[in-house]
Amino acid sequence: MRLRTQAKRIGDIFDARSHWVMLIAYLLLFFAFILLPIILAVGLSFTNFNSVSIDSFEGLQNYIRAFTQDTVFMQKILPNTILYALIVGPGGYLLSFVVAWMLSQLTKTARTILAVVLYIPSLIAGVTISTIWVAVFNGDRTGYLNDLLLQMGLINEPVSWLQSSDYLMPIMIFVALWSSMGIGFLSMLSGILNVDREQYEAGLIDGISNRVQEVIYITIPNTKSQMLFGAVMAVVNTFNTTGLGVALSGSNPTPQYAGSLIVNHIDDIGFIRYEMGYAAALSVLLLIIVWLFNKLAYKLFGSSE
Amino acid sequence: MAKYKGITVNPAKFHRSQIKFYIILLPMIVLALLPLIYIISTAFKPIEELFIYPPAFFVKNPTMANFRKLFGAAENTAFPMSLYLFNSIIVTVAVVFLGCLISLMAAYALSKRKFKGRKTIFKANQLALMFVGSMLGIPRYLVINALGLTDTFWVNVIPLLIMPTGVFLIKQFIDDVPDSLIEAARIDGAGEFRILTRVVFPVIKPAMATVAILFFQSAWNSVEASNMYINTEGYKTFAYYMNVLSSAGNGVAGRGMAAAASLIVVVPNIVLFVIMQSRVMDTMARSGIK
Repeated sequence: MRLRTQAKRIGDIFDARSHWVMLIAYLLLFFAFILLPIILAVGLSFTNFNSVSIDSFEGLQNYIRAFTQDTVFMQKILPNTILYALIVGPGGYLLSFVVAWMLSQLTKTARTILAVVLYIPSLIAGVTISTIWVAVFNGDRTGYLNDLLLQMGLINEPVSWLQSSDYLMPIMIFVALWSSMGIGFLSMLSGILNVDREQYEAGLIDGISNRVQEVIYITIPNTKSQMLFGAVMAVVNTFNTTGLGVALSGSNPTPQYAGSLIVNHIDDIGFIRYEMGYAAALSVLLLIIVWLFNKLAYKLFGSSE
Repeated sequence: MAKYKGITVNPAKFHRSQIKFYIILLPMIVLALLPLIYIISTAFKPIEELFIYPPAFFVKNPTMANFRKLFGAAENTAFPMSLYLFNSIIVTVAVVFLGCLISLMAAYALSKRKFKGRKTIFKANQLALMFVGSMLGIPRYLVINALGLTDTFWVNVIPLLIMPTGVFLIKQFIDDVPDSLIEAARIDGAGEFRILTRVVFPVIKPAMATVAILFFQSAWNSVEASNMYINTEGYKTFAYYMNVLSSAGNGVAGRGMAAAASLIVVVPNIVLFVIMQSRVMDTMARSGIK
């Protein structure tokens, strides 16, 4: 009997602290694969680490180098990244919202089928880029786009789309937008469908007279939290697809750096040239860019606390 | 703009006014489906059809030759394709099971337990939603090296087990489980783990299904570990093998095999999502960030 009460007491103590037991694996993984890499990146960015040893402390030299000496970074990589992020981020986001809203105006069966179909690209994007899009944009006559344009008489010679510094970036943006309707899109669709119908009725009484007003005054304010989740996911998608240029053109750096973004530049410098200290500084700059985008999303859709 | 007639969201019946949405969505639907149709069509093309000019989009005489080649070709080499497939299955099962378990426990603690540091952890998790692994490739590489995971089988699994989005989605769902339900179980003498498995888990199954799909995708489609951390051919995964097949060097003849391999990678993704889609939508209703 005493043994049982004792066992129970140990059990109670265990239960009272069990939240740490439940969290331990998550916290360890979070530390190892998210927090520690960030700390390491910041720390290494002040050194000249070359993957074997640290010879000197560089202070802010690596950051200064990015903006003053690395002409490729300033002339190609940074403008490419900003252009890509500004179009794919907000563009993909807007597309997701508009499509989600249009789907919400359809009957249930049709909506469900179309939502699944439109979600498929984001499901299969990572796997299929090299199989599908390379075949479509292939540079010789066997490429589907070349074949189509040749038959229509719009071009006389096949265009080598993926090796061209003019076309690579637009193609990357197209493919990224194609795959942009992911879980943020599903979240917003679900949010729109769950707006209380009374809200719409109240709006009708308040004098809302068309669908644009309905979206602005009722749908958006009532789906703000899903729109914020969608915006964060749009940021993630934007920076998750930054390998596209390399995957499509088959080389890093991409032809004349036309499709190279910060992530590719970091890989080039870190894993190919082993200048890890400098690569770490560029990683930190990238983190700051992503964080700013995130901040903007919270500013636009976050609830005021 | 048509005359506004009040509520049009989630209509019960088809109406003429909906036609314009179908028309606008049509090109996007075609674009979404084309690549899938292309893979299916190419995977079943016989070799002659892969070479014909002008290139045909649809298959005329479907054959299983590409699949036979895919399964047969590698049999003579040291590492048969079935090994990659087997690796992928083990990796995926491990990631889905362990990932869901870890996320569920963390989400429950963050949602229903009151303790110091809870808010901080949740804030950190929310900030980490924006985290993309590829952003920090180099320091992650160093961490994985320091942990001694390089060139082991488990490097396929362990880095994928942390998914802030998963913890977030489950936590939002558990927030809606009434506290009274949990209190009642506590009064009945149930321990915390019992409450988690017997009371909470049964009501949050949609969220678990959603997160399971997300873990499935991250593991089944993953090429990162095989590309960056593994040298031993016998530890690499099927998605990696597919990527090698479809890389430029293989030319037109390899396209059929690459498409067949892509199909094997892609189909489970789609089938799972179609089966689970109503649960996913149920989870997404609670996905808002407040």
